[in-house]
Amino acid sequence: MNFESIKQKAQAEWENLWKSNKPLIFVGTATCGRSAGALEVMAALRQAVAEQNVAAEILESGCIGLCYAEPLMNVVKPGRPGIWYRNVTPERAKEIVKSYLIEDNPLIQYALGTTGEGTIEGLSSLFELPPFKVAARRLLRNSGFIDPENVNHYLANDGYEALHKVLFTMTPEQVIEEVKRAGLRGLGGAGFPTGRKWEACRRAPGDKKYVICNADEGDPGAFQDRAILEGDPHAVIEGMAIAGYAVGAREGYIYVRAEYPLAVRRLNIAISQAREKGLLGENILGSDFSFDLKIFQGAGAFVCGESTALVLSIEGKRGMPKPLPRPRSTEQGLYDKPTVLNNVKTFASIRWIINKGASWFASIGTEKSKGTAIFSLVGKVENTGLIEVPMGITLREVVFGVGGGIPQGKAFKAVQTGGPSGGCLPASLLDVGVDFDSLTSVGAMMGSGGMVVMDEDTCMVDVARYFLEFTQKESCGQCSLCRLGTLQMLEILKAITSGKGRPGDIDLLQELGEAVKAGSICGLGQSAPNPVLTTIRYFRDEYEAHINEKKCPAKVCRELISYRIIPEKCTGCMACLKECPAEAITGEKKQVHAIDQTKCIRCGVCFMVCPKRYSAVECIPGRLVS
Amino acid sequence: MALTRPDNFNLWYVADSRTVSLGGDRIMPAGEIAEILSRFRGKREELIPILQQVQDRIGYLSDEAINEISEFINMSSSKIFGVASFYAQFRFTPVGRKKVMVCQGTACHVRGAPLVLEEIKRHLGINEGETTPDFEYSLETVACIGCCALAPCVVVDGKVEAKVTPRKVKRLFRGEKTE
Repeated sequence: MNFESIKQKAQAEWENLWKSNKPLIFVGTATCGRSAGALEVMAALRQAVAEQNVAAEILESGCIGLCYAEPLMNVVKPGRPGIWYRNVTPERAKEIVKSYLIEDNPLIQYALGTTGEGTIEGLSSLFELPPFKVAARRLLRNSGFIDPENVNHYLANDGYEALHKVLFTMTPEQVIEEVKRAGLRGLGGAGFPTGRKWEACRRAPGDKKYVICNADEGDPGAFQDRAILEGDPHAVIEGMAIAGYAVGAREGYIYVRAEYPLAVRRLNIAISQAREKGLLGENILGSDFSFDLKIFQGAGAFVCGESTALVLSIEGKRGMPKPLPRPRSTEQGLYDKPTVLNNVKTFASIRWIINKGASWFASIGTEKSKGTAIFSLVGKVENTGLIEVPMGITLREVVFGVGGGIPQGKAFKAVQTGGPSGGCLPASLLDVGVDFDSLTSVGAMMGSGGMVVMDEDTCMVDVARYFLEFTQKESCGQCSLCRLGTLQMLEILKAITSGKGRPGDIDLLQELGEAVKAGSICGLGQSAPNPVLTTIRYFRDEYEAHINEKKCPAKVCRELISYRIIPEKCTGCMACLKECPAEAITGEKKQVHAIDQTKCIRCGVCFMVCPKRYSAVECIPGRLVS
Repeated sequence: MALTRPDNFNLWYVADSRTVSLGGDRIMPAGEIAEILSRFRGKREELIPILQQVQDRIGYLSDEAINEISEFINMSSSKIFGVASFYAQFRFTPVGRKKVMVCQGTACHVRGAPLVLEEIKRHLGINEGETTPDFEYSLETVACIGCCALAPCVVVDGKVEAKVTPRKVKRLFRGEKTE
């Protein structure tokens, strides 16, 4: 099929949608929206539209990144801008249908802002909101605005234009050159330049080559790959096809986590639609280039994010990184053939580089980190969600500008980037820029793009223990220092957090950490000690409080805290007494209650159920003796 | 995942197509595994997708299933077990009708997932990796389900529950008492 006619058809469908006299309702139904109740909202909308006899088109879209406001719904009446409603419940959805679609009252108290042309009184543009103000939406542009299960929506928004351009006007060498000039870097620990990787694969001898997309987003705390795959899957497919053309591969794999069922489903739909349109398969768009994709579902092994382990996993073997010295994947990858392996975000960047040019792509960012960074901004921050910002923006701007600061007026303590391989950075480093080299220089890393904000209520020793517990479980076991060293470190951390820490433990942790880093053959072991080492470097006083004073200053570690009832405030309402699972609370109605410290399991239920107006239960660092 | 051989794992089992126990009194008729295998060609690289589809159907990888797969792709059952036991996804004992997965992601952790997990364990009376005696629920933890902005999350029977607190735990299992 001819690209022009495919495109014209798609554009006609897209324009008809917008020109029609029917209102359009987009509901964000990515996994995050669904967990907040988006599917119930869809059902309520369908019911309301049928009951009220309103002609409206209800469509699904991906995630625009404002997870804190999910479920989100964009209602577009003909000739009006779209109104984005936040935290929509089924009841609220019905109310909006009745009030806005029938009675023309937009109920702006439920709205976040507008998109598109025109204004609605009392509402400003959605892009004026803090999460979007400093944002540069490139890779996330489509997500939330198109139906990811309809290839025509993607095609009508410049989709597959880059693939068409490279197939008919560029040589593979020119494509590689353009990607190199753009300065695009991969998201592995080292931030390896993508263009150079492609070049190495192109030059490697062999007629069979592979392109693999690493969507094994195993990093706890990161979800941008999932959001892109669920919101704009064709962008990844197009990037992979271009990579295939550039390196000379006919086959590609998308290695996606089995924990992401919706991403898998939407990718499957996208791949079959792309095949139907002749955008994948034999002789793509009538050229002599053929390329097709398969989906491989990961089976739950974090170490398979490492390229040699990932490849073995596709081959049906145990996913253990190949021993050193190992050949580069670009020379000997999948089935020992030259293989290019990049991340979801890297592939999604390609169309922008081809369509707009390398200079445009590199026009934002820093000298060595070009373009935008996508972060999953989560934890103790007001506006949790997915953000895309120019490289080089400071952590402070991200946490306090885009993220809106810490909820409930609490104090900022640390920000963790790069997941279990990254590090925790304290307030004194908030002015560090978010780019590959600056983050690495302070002991953290860009990595997968998880960014977890921690406040005064987060215990840094507990966080270090948490991350190490994760990597320890995920160690494949072939390097003894990774297998046993992380286990010993974890034992020490468990002892410290349960009040059994000994003097000298901190030094021992540091020594072991350095040894594990030096004695492991893959990124998992080489970076597993990072969270421990950075928390010791920046929050040593917390370790010392746990060890020397047997206190958890953040009141997290259960062996090192106590709950007590403040006699002056307790009214004897029996709320805590009834809820206490350990039956540790004694007292009579209207008489001051007391906690038996020997029975108390420090679950915090009493603290949670004590009515706010009394606030008679307090949590204190250290253990009380009854 | 522990690399030890589970007690019920019988390497010397002779492959046939007997019925498969799904736990409790639930039995799956013969021929289901053969039906799944018929979708494949019998190549080694199909092993992980085969294991995934079998587990999808019967909830776990039974001895019978592993032996049938072994014949199908011509690979010893011990080697298959070697691959399967490497990956956290695979289970070797029957599971409950509903899977409860507690997310252990970073965001969930700092927002109280450990307390939620503890409360769920207490409520169901089982530890992670275990199944209630009536085979109603199996409790698992998962590294991250990617809903970090709505932490802490629990997945009950495929449905993601957002912002779970220890107090909300009872409501997750409302009307479905397992004790």
